[in-house]
Amino acid sequence: MVGYVTLKIIRAIATLWLVVTFVFVILRLSGDPAIVLLPMDLPTSIADVYRMRWGTDLPLWEQYVRYMSSLLQGDFGVSFFDHRPAIDLVIERLPKTLQLGLVAYGGATVLALTLGVIAALYRDTLIDRLVMILAVFGYSMPNFFLGLLLIIFFSLQLRWLPPSGSGTLAHMVMPAVALGLAVSAQIARFTRSSILEVLGQSYIRTARAKGASWWRRIRWHALPNAAIPLVTVLGFNFGLMIAGTIVIETVFAWPGMGHLFYQAVGVSDFAVVQTVLLLIAASVILVNLFVDLLYAALDPRVRLRGGDV
Amino acid sequence: MTIAAQDKPTALQEQSTPQSGAIIENPPSLVRRLGLNRPWIVILAAAYLVVVVLVAIFAPFLQPYEHTAQDLFEMRNPPIFMGGDWRYILGSDDLGRDVLSRVIYGTRISVMIALVGTVIGAVLGSALGIIAAHFRGWVDEIVMMFVDAQSAMPFIIFALAVLVFFGGEFWVLVIVVGVDGWQYYARLARGMVFSSGRATYVEAVRSLGVPMWRVYLRHVLPNILPALMVQFTINLPGTIMLETTLSFLGLGVQPPMTSLGQMLGLGRNYLLQAPWIAITPGLIIFLITLSISVLGDWLRDHLDPSLR
Repeated sequence: MVGYVTLKIIRAIATLWLVVTFVFVILRLSGDPAIVLLPMDLPTSIADVYRMRWGTDLPLWEQYVRYMSSLLQGDFGVSFFDHRPAIDLVIERLPKTLQLGLVAYGGATVLALTLGVIAALYRDTLIDRLVMILAVFGYSMPNFFLGLLLIIFFSLQLRWLPPSGSGTLAHMVMPAVALGLAVSAQIARFTRSSILEVLGQSYIRTARAKGASWWRRIRWHALPNAAIPLVTVLGFNFGLMIAGTIVIETVFAWPGMGHLFYQAVGVSDFAVVQTVLLLIAASVILVNLFVDLLYAALDPRVRLRGGDV
Repeated sequence: MTIAAQDKPTALQEQSTPQSGAIIENPPSLVRRLGLNRPWIVILAAAYLVVVVLVAIFAPFLQPYEHTAQDLFEMRNPPIFMGGDWRYILGSDDLGRDVLSRVIYGTRISVMIALVGTVIGAVLGSALGIIAAHFRGWVDEIVMMFVDAQSAMPFIIFALAVLVFFGGEFWVLVIVVGVDGWQYYARLARGMVFSSGRATYVEAVRSLGVPMWRVYLRHVLPNILPALMVQFTINLPGTIMLETTLSFLGLGVQPPMTSLGQMLGLGRNYLLQAPWIAITPGLIIFLITLSISVLGDWLRDHLDPSLR
């Protein structure tokens, strides 16, 4: 168990390191910031001063060390646009993103688990088919297109909901639905097949043979076992959802981190872009780590076998 | 060949042993259980995809107008089913460009990027998987570390980073979209090569003095191809979605070139006055991903013996 946990933590750190290094490489490969950001007709001597200030005149390995150490100290650079630390700008917007993300994710998960379980238990009935047709549609629907359709229908035609902004609960309905649908489709699909697989196992037959009631078989034999692979899917979809906020917040002008990212891209505010990306990456890695640990807690086989999963 | 056929189910069973990421990548087919595998829906999906591919190939001959041609006297004409006339069958956009022509051209670009990109990912991933399985040891460790890192992160984050810092050059976009999904092929190819390394047919061919690269190319690859094909259809909707998302955000295809996602991104500003500018490309994208899902599930049922 200790070995498993250490291994997972080391892997999480290694992944984070890979991502950070990747961003550094991309940053450096994309060209000299002194050329990209400063006016073209600037004298070379002044450009050199900027290079010295930004540290881009140093050898690459030294830049890398500096970059890593400043990240470790929580210094993500200064916004070229706002002249404030990028991390402050991002953290300011974070609550809005979390608010939207958690509502969408929570709603999607509850809905998808319920529908998935119902579909599995009433397999091949009308309700099963309806749920799964909905899932296939939800899965194939690009979230930004769904967002636009919702705006056209509910804001422009019916005038029920505000098309953009935040503040009231009504503002949150459409972004949350657009963000959650694809994720809930995937979770519902997976829940259903996970339960169907468990129901076909021999221990369910054994439970039935020893006289356990239908409810007991589902509640104590099927659901806990079906839940184990589900944990991974839930974790993975959380990552997708965080990434999805970039698109959905842009569609609905939701003033969160994703919208900030979109605006920063528009004005080439690299420090902010980099901060948002690293923050999303870090949160996804953290959730994955949590899922791995939860996995071990839920599944004695993983715990006992040690690290190699 | 008989021996090979016997080996294959073992290989596929090994693939389906629980790995932390493997579960998500192969959601079991539900189209069949749904009753959606009836030939008519598969045929419909296939027919739609054939039309899309044909449109993509013959786009220059099908466009009634040049997709960039503007006509400021014909701005935001509605499509015929909304009271427009036959000059602009699907309406015109905010610059008086013909939506039908743009959709045809956009389909060409989106399909091209998705297909070329997916092929890049498939070739790269399979090659890395085979290399990892062949050399084992630290080569395998390093490849698998990247596979794990990539599986753990939503790919769009990497894609955004690259496109923001490099700008939306066409080939950058193709490569970015291509890199998406390589890890699935790598894992698949690696697992299957591992198990085929123990297979008798490989041993037999090896003992005849055939060099290893030839064994992989002529004997192992044909055996793992069906599984890779299934993976291809699983990945394709995601690839199309990725390109359209990036273009929608303005980071993908840049004007004057256009793609379905980019049209949607521009049309978003005219939802009230001219909703068809956004809805038309959106509907086409949605039907493409839907059709591939339906067809992919059907294909998986027929190609993958382990799921029968």
